[in-house]
Amino acid sequence: MFIITCPFCGERDQSEFSAGGEAHIVRPKQPTELSDDEWADFLFMRKNIKGVQFERWNHAHGCRKWFNVIRDTSNDKIHAVYKMGEKPPTK
Amino acid sequence: MSENFRSLETKFLDKTNRISFKYNGKKYYGYKGDTLASALLSNGIHLIGRSFKYHRPRGIMTCGSEEPNAIVQIGGTGSFTEPNVRATEQEIYEGLEASSQNCWPSVEFDVGGINNFISPVIPAGFYYKTFMWPKKLWYSLYEPAIRMSAGLGKSPTQPDPELYDHNHLHCDVLVVGGGISGIIAASISSDNGNNTVLIDDKNSLGGSTIFQDDENFKINDEISSVWLNNQIKKIKNKKNLIIKHRTSLAAYHSYNYLLARENLADHKSLNERSNKLRQRLWKIRAKKVILATGAIERPLIFNNNDRPGVMLANSVKKYIDYFGVRCGNKNIIFTNNDSAYETAISLNKKGINVSIVDIRNNSSSILVKNAKDAGIKIYWNHTVVNTAGYRRIKSIQIMKMSEDGTNVIDSKINLVCDNLSISGGWTPMVHLFTQSGGKLKFRDSDQVFLPNVTTSDQISIGSCNGDFELDDVIKNTISECKNFLSLSLTDFDLLKVNCPKQKESKNIWLLPNDKPLGKTKPFLDFQNDSTAKDIKLAMREGFRSIEHVKRYTTTGMGTDQGKLANMHALGIISETAGVKMGTLGTTTFRPPYTPLTFGTIVGRNVGTFFDIARKTPMHAWHENRKAKFENVGQWKRAWYYPMDDESIHQAVQRESKAARESAGILDASTLGKIDIKGTDASEFLNRVYTNAWSKLGIGKCRYGLMLNEDGMVYDDGVTTRLDENHYVMTTTTGGAANVLSKLEDYLQTEWPELDVWLTSVTDQYATASVCGPNSKNILKKLFPKVEFNDENFPHMSFKNAELDGINCRIMRISFTGEHSYEINIESKYGKSLWEKCMDEGKEFNITPYGTETMHLLRAEKGFIIVGQDTDGTMTPIDLQMDWIVSKKKYDFIGKRSLYRSDTMREDRKQLVGLLTDNPNEVLEEGAQIVQDEKKQPIEMLGHVTSSYFSPNLNKSIALAVIKNGKKLKGQKLLVPMKDKTIKVTVSDYIFFDSKNERLNA
Ligand SMILES: [Zn+2]
Repeated sequence: MFIITCPFCGERDQSEFSAGGEAHIVRPKQPTELSDDEWADFLFMRKNIKGVQFERWNHAHGCRKWFNVIRDTSNDKIHAVYKMGEKPPTK
Repeated sequence: MSENFRSLETKFLDKTNRISFKYNGKKYYGYKGDTLASALLSNGIHLIGRSFKYHRPRGIMTCGSEEPNAIVQIGGTGSFTEPNVRATEQEIYEGLEASSQNCWPSVEFDVGGINNFISPVIPAGFYYKTFMWPKKLWYSLYEPAIRMSAGLGKSPTQPDPELYDHNHLHCDVLVVGGGISGIIAASISSDNGNNTVLIDDKNSLGGSTIFQDDENFKINDEISSVWLNNQIKKIKNKKNLIIKHRTSLAAYHSYNYLLARENLADHKSLNERSNKLRQRLWKIRAKKVILATGAIERPLIFNNNDRPGVMLANSVKKYIDYFGVRCGNKNIIFTNNDSAYETAISLNKKGINVSIVDIRNNSSSILVKNAKDAGIKIYWNHTVVNTAGYRRIKSIQIMKMSEDGTNVIDSKINLVCDNLSISGGWTPMVHLFTQSGGKLKFRDSDQVFLPNVTTSDQISIGSCNGDFELDDVIKNTISECKNFLSLSLTDFDLLKVNCPKQKESKNIWLLPNDKPLGKTKPFLDFQNDSTAKDIKLAMREGFRSIEHVKRYTTTGMGTDQGKLANMHALGIISETAGVKMGTLGTTTFRPPYTPLTFGTIVGRNVGTFFDIARKTPMHAWHENRKAKFENVGQWKRAWYYPMDDESIHQAVQRESKAARESAGILDASTLGKIDIKGTDASEFLNRVYTNAWSKLGIGKCRYGLMLNEDGMVYDDGVTTRLDENHYVMTTTTGGAANVLSKLEDYLQTEWPELDVWLTSVTDQYATASVCGPNSKNILKKLFPKVEFNDENFPHMSFKNAELDGINCRIMRISFTGEHSYEINIESKYGKSLWEKCMDEGKEFNITPYGTETMHLLRAEKGFIIVGQDTDGTMTPIDLQMDWIVSKKKYDFIGKRSLYRSDTMREDRKQLVGLLTDNPNEVLEEGAQIVQDEKKQPIEMLGHVTSSYFSPNLNKSIALAVIKNGKKLKGQKLLVPMKDKTIKVTVSDYIFFDSKNERLNA
């Protein structure tokens, strides 16, 4: 039960949010040009690492905005939160 | 009965408040402040229950939450009974009724005790090995037999009448544990402006120091218990400090989120607690956490170490010094360390006969000197090799140990006793620390795991951090707190502490015996009856991981979670495997620390508060009309409307015929509705639906199918173009929230360039769907200004209209195959709209129908229900809905996946119709479909997804998904049921009006 700082609303309990999987997987602009393997890579392959991971979260029971979170999956420590379309903080 | 064993004065009980209670039907007395355990011991009762596997008599071992044996049933029968209550924690109250568990017919004579004599054939993994085969005996023999003789306690048979509550608590500093270090920490914290909460699981603060009257332990020249008592008085008046008694921490999650259970009523008589809260679950968010959870004493592992009367030494001390209760008249202390000498000295001072067996050669501790000076007999370098006494220990046999401690030598000495107080050292309670994600380190000198690395803002202090000497506890508590709270000075900095220093203890996990291990019973887990022998057997059979050994032997899997002897199990595993203790790690400490009742977990979320019930604006009308309801997500939907004493079948047949023959009306308000606006709205719909949307005219409706990116059908519904840049989308009732969330996801993350705005309007509109050949006539009466001819208002179109001056949206769309209209109106007018439809439809015998009839009517037409005929593995092609998948559009969600090799396989499961050979036989939804019943293993071709008796066709119809179904039309297949096999034929999935002639009827 961690606390997430929504970039639009501020600190809120985890229960207000829903997780949306790995971040920065861009939907291909021309799916028809892709081979089955390339499409499957976009569709199914996720890193799911133990450690620092880039994730998407949605403030589902709040402002309904999607945003990115850098979280250590081994201890739930959140290193950074940033809006969709923004580059991850470099540190 | 009188309390023969309460001869001693104590300041901790209210001697003026004598209380009577019942144990196994007999009346006893104790005092306010007694636990059930102390009150029973004061009456000379040690035997409490039978062990889980061998049904051996077991007695009270401890005085706290780590108690493995003394678990009882509280309350009589019915709703107020509670199983698995630790007698060592339950406070007595006037009228308390308690009884032994896990024994039949009585604790004194127990039929299951026979297991003890056949125990050589019940080794570790016995249940796994024996009862696996033959399988058919499981139901008839093994399970009933195991259930009869196993099980701990009885569940209540009636709903719990008591109240439970949940509450949130935020604080700067949470201190867990009200022993001496917790009290000092809470004091320092609150003195320095922190809002502090101190929680403690007992009814009064002070831990084990509060009854430490030994002159050897002094703080500022006062006896430690006196000094501490003054501190407790002081902190009660502190402004920033909340103290919660009888509150035990159940779980410690990340980000300092903790759950604590406050017990408000279990110590009160039933009269005192009526209509009040029983327990409250605190959900605590603390900026900082200080763990002062203490340590529990270890037992020693030797042959027959489980008899009633074998107790932990420090618990025996608490019973004498705190409760004023003797645990026996002739005590023997068996120890490997100095701390047990405190118990010996206490006993001796109170004139109780005591002697000591010590596995060490000697000790220079002042405590040992005091014991010697008091004339207490000490057997150095001896170990207990056996005990005797069935319902209570009667004697022990001791032998001298060899130089290296691995063997016993010389002759046996027999010692008579009625209490054996054992001490194998101390185990810091690191459970909560590890629950929070903390990692442990191992200290070799006294073989303990200690808190090491943590990611939470927390510290551990006192004995849970490995400090066992009073001076270390105080000194380190102060310095840790100063560091943690960034303080330079505290009121405690100049404390003077005197205490005897403990000398080297000698640790032997499994004590040596003159008999081979196989002939002895050295218990490790007293509740689950696992012995050192079981651990060794598991390892011989190849188990290496401690998590595996634990599960195979069930060591540490009881309600006490093996708090006493998990360390010994680890030690024996390490020794047997020949690895260093500490390198194997520990088993996982999972919440809750002590069991929670379900009532506390659910709090007020019971009955109607269990889940939200969403009701449509017409709900009261349906109720009035005696509708039966079904749950669709959180919605209560009218299921069918029985007349008189109609069955569901009769009602649905009547409703279905009426809808097709004249007019029917359905409450469709629950369908999800999403308002879509923006200059890119059409483009957005193009991307999310499989079909094309740009050319849909204003005022027109279109059915859409939405896929997941993996090509599988996700949702469906009709979307209407209200204006150039304005649409309203309908979704399935259950899918509304998920669809909106998915659409928002694409808008915000993949296509932020699109000018589209989504708003859920499900709750803003009420919808009445009027269908049947007379629907047009009813609508004409309702809306005289609207022209309803087919040219002006064709199927799949929409009109704005007014009903008594209130704006409505009318969509001419159909989910039944009949000529049909959906009227949408602002929610608050929903009931009036419905009543008007009923009034105007009266002459046409308008019939309200529920979801069951709706499902039947659409099945006749072969319309799918997403989630019933699909399950997340069906593509539109599988559903034979190729017509709705645009070939021209470059892209839409899921399009690329329709061309993956797997989705293009021809033998996928596909939607087909099924007709039973006997037209009156209705298939069961979910029934499996096969071709050849004899083939082994039998091949499942698919299953029935929807099945009804159609009154309009006068025969049974079904939809099914079948492997390669499209090619099997006309094929005979079988549906094997429990008592018969039903013959079916694969058919077209549209059963009724396949030319859609009735839409314009
Ligand atoms: Zn937000």
